[in-house]
Amino acid sequence: MLEIKNLYARIGETEIIRGLDLKIEDGEVAAVMGPNGSGKSTLSYILAGSKNYKITKGDILYNGQSILGINAAERAVLGIFLAFQYPMEIPGVAMMEFLKVGMNAQRKARKEPALNVSEFLKHVKAMAARLEMDMSMLKRPLNVGFSGGEKKRAEILQMVLLNPKFCVLDETDSGLDVDALKTVAEGVNALRASDRSFLVITHYQRLLDYIVPDTVHVLYKGRIIKSGDKSLASYLEQNGYTDIIGEPI
Amino acid sequence: MPAAQETIRQVHKIDVDQYKYGFETKIETEKAPKGLNEETIRFISERKRESGWMLEWRLQAYRRWLQMQEPRWARLSYTEINFQDYYYYAAPKSQIEPKSLDKVDPELLATYEKLGIPLKEQEILTGVRKQGERSELDSNIYASDRVAVDAVFDSVSVITTFKEELARAGVIFCSISEAVRKHSELVKKYLGSVVPIADNFYAALNSAVFTDGSFVYVPKNVRCPMELSTYFRINERNTGQFERTLIIADEGAYVSYLEGCTAPQRDENQLHAAVVELIALEDAEIKYSTVQNWYPGDKEGRGGIYNFVTKRGDCRGNNSKISWTQVETGSAITWKYPSCLLRGDNSRGHFYSIAVANGHQQIDSGTKMVHLGRNTSSRIISKGISAGFSENTYRGQVTAHRRAANARNFTQCDSLLIGNDCGAHTVPYIEAKNATAQFEHEATTSKISEDHLFYVMQRGIQEEEAIALIINGFVKEVIQELPMEFAVEAQKLIGISLEGSVG
Repeated sequence: MLEIKNLYARIGETEIIRGLDLKIEDGEVAAVMGPNGSGKSTLSYILAGSKNYKITKGDILYNGQSILGINAAERAVLGIFLAFQYPMEIPGVAMMEFLKVGMNAQRKARKEPALNVSEFLKHVKAMAARLEMDMSMLKRPLNVGFSGGEKKRAEILQMVLLNPKFCVLDETDSGLDVDALKTVAEGVNALRASDRSFLVITHYQRLLDYIVPDTVHVLYKGRIIKSGDKSLASYLEQNGYTDIIGEPI
Repeated sequence: MPAAQETIRQVHKIDVDQYKYGFETKIETEKAPKGLNEETIRFISERKRESGWMLEWRLQAYRRWLQMQEPRWARLSYTEINFQDYYYYAAPKSQIEPKSLDKVDPELLATYEKLGIPLKEQEILTGVRKQGERSELDSNIYASDRVAVDAVFDSVSVITTFKEELARAGVIFCSISEAVRKHSELVKKYLGSVVPIADNFYAALNSAVFTDGSFVYVPKNVRCPMELSTYFRINERNTGQFERTLIIADEGAYVSYLEGCTAPQRDENQLHAAVVELIALEDAEIKYSTVQNWYPGDKEGRGGIYNFVTKRGDCRGNNSKISWTQVETGSAITWKYPSCLLRGDNSRGHFYSIAVANGHQQIDSGTKMVHLGRNTSSRIISKGISAGFSENTYRGQVTAHRRAANARNFTQCDSLLIGNDCGAHTVPYIEAKNATAQFEHEATTSKISEDHLFYVMQRGIQEEEAIALIINGFVKEVIQELPMEFAVEAQKLIGISLEGSVG
């Protein structure tokens, strides 16, 4: 599904990703953990195609093809989705409208017919109900005045509806209480499939109790310094990062 | 909505880059000698076949104007205007008030057709056009799905459509020149009663030399059966357009009026100084919408229209309502403050504005809400968008008189910046002279950032569409106030004005 090869990236003069290697198979749920400032969010932005970062070396292959030359919208059409840690507010644009515009833009790029409005509505209603979202929220301008939890649910709803192949979840657990966390995790788990992969970025092990990963990777100073299975997450939870990193942080 | 659909379709069709109305119509014109003096005014008055009182009124305004100073308090910078360098009267030679469409110069008809303005009412009525499919047998001729148009070309009104149909409802809709001659009692009574001749420098200039514009009178308890609209076009080089519009809604009447404006692309600055007066008597309502798209000048800021406009509505009667909606995308310089005098008890004034500045455009625009009667309320929604090297200022004044008990105002003033070289400024003046007044002012300034674009694009939406989505969301509240058939056009216009401004 995805292969990152010896990647180096910088923002302005600051090098943040320094020789990162990571491979995610079809159907795999990979977790990336790491202390603050290790480059976790940067990794998610780079995968989604942010123009703020400059790739200086290495490559990102998506289903065997390099995606470095294509922009964020084109990557989305290929099936790459990022659930943002801090989703942007879009005043005056109802979430429903935003969903429709996004879904139709992707369909158009894939030369598929535009959405049938009544089917779309039915589908949105069913998915919103599953995420315990009130329909009135879908009529409000996207993310404007949403609580932290509402924003995260809205991100997951968009993910479910856009039906991506590779999902990046950037600190989706931050700002969620336990009940909301469970609901959101259920939404994610329902999407798990043999042809869909996930990259779950988190600071805490808590989320991984609900979205159980196949692999866990520790990111530090812009590189993966240790990989393992889900037991690595529990180890980190108990012992912290210090002995894996080999220096106090 | 055949007429409107036609308009929209045609606007879609003429897709020249950036300013698409920049073409020039080759037509023979009759002009007054260049410059301004009492002779020019006599020339205009004579051409308009006006009676003595009108000439005296003009001359009085001119004499006051000579003693006045050009206002310089606005946040606008431009080189001094030489008022002797303009022509104050230009009229297509062939065009001395045609009685019907087949008498209008085909060149002129072609121009308006190119602009997408439907003048050919017969075609629409007889259902020749595919859209709408109206049948002649359709008895419901007053269905408000057509738009009556008054077309003003340089200094004269070339045609007013649907006149007879309106007359059957008792509505007078004609050029101001015609009104001065045929409805002089109404004109004498109301002209200058909202904007006095010496109100300000540009209003005085307009009063002296105004050439054409529209006149509307809606009688007691009549709901005007269709949208009225005036289309202004400046064609001639170095010509000032000084239009004068006067709209009176008698007791219990209702009218919705829209004006649109364009001009050819020229290197020099053309002058436009209009005065619009609205009078709403008891229980009357006037809705006035503007889509202003004068030529804004080129990329380096050369040329473009200087737009100095005085627009004021007088809610003269109790329970009256006046609402201004404007979409301003054109002009090099805009100086414009459509205002409401809330004189009648329980009267209401609204101002909804979208002001878009790109390139080197400068806008200083806003409104005045003057609360004089009791229980009066006003609402101001202003959306300013600045891009390129433009400067966009909102200037607004809300005042409550001592006797204006329970005056209410709500102001929302939002600015959106695109790029790093433009400016947005908000200058509100708020003055309450009695303790029962409640005024609220909210303001925000935001910027379309790379982060916003990235977020929207991550959902599969390409950059141009992402920008359009964000901007449409920003202006939505105001677009909703426009008559439906013009909302689409306005949205498209905003899109065109901002093309290529991000990234």
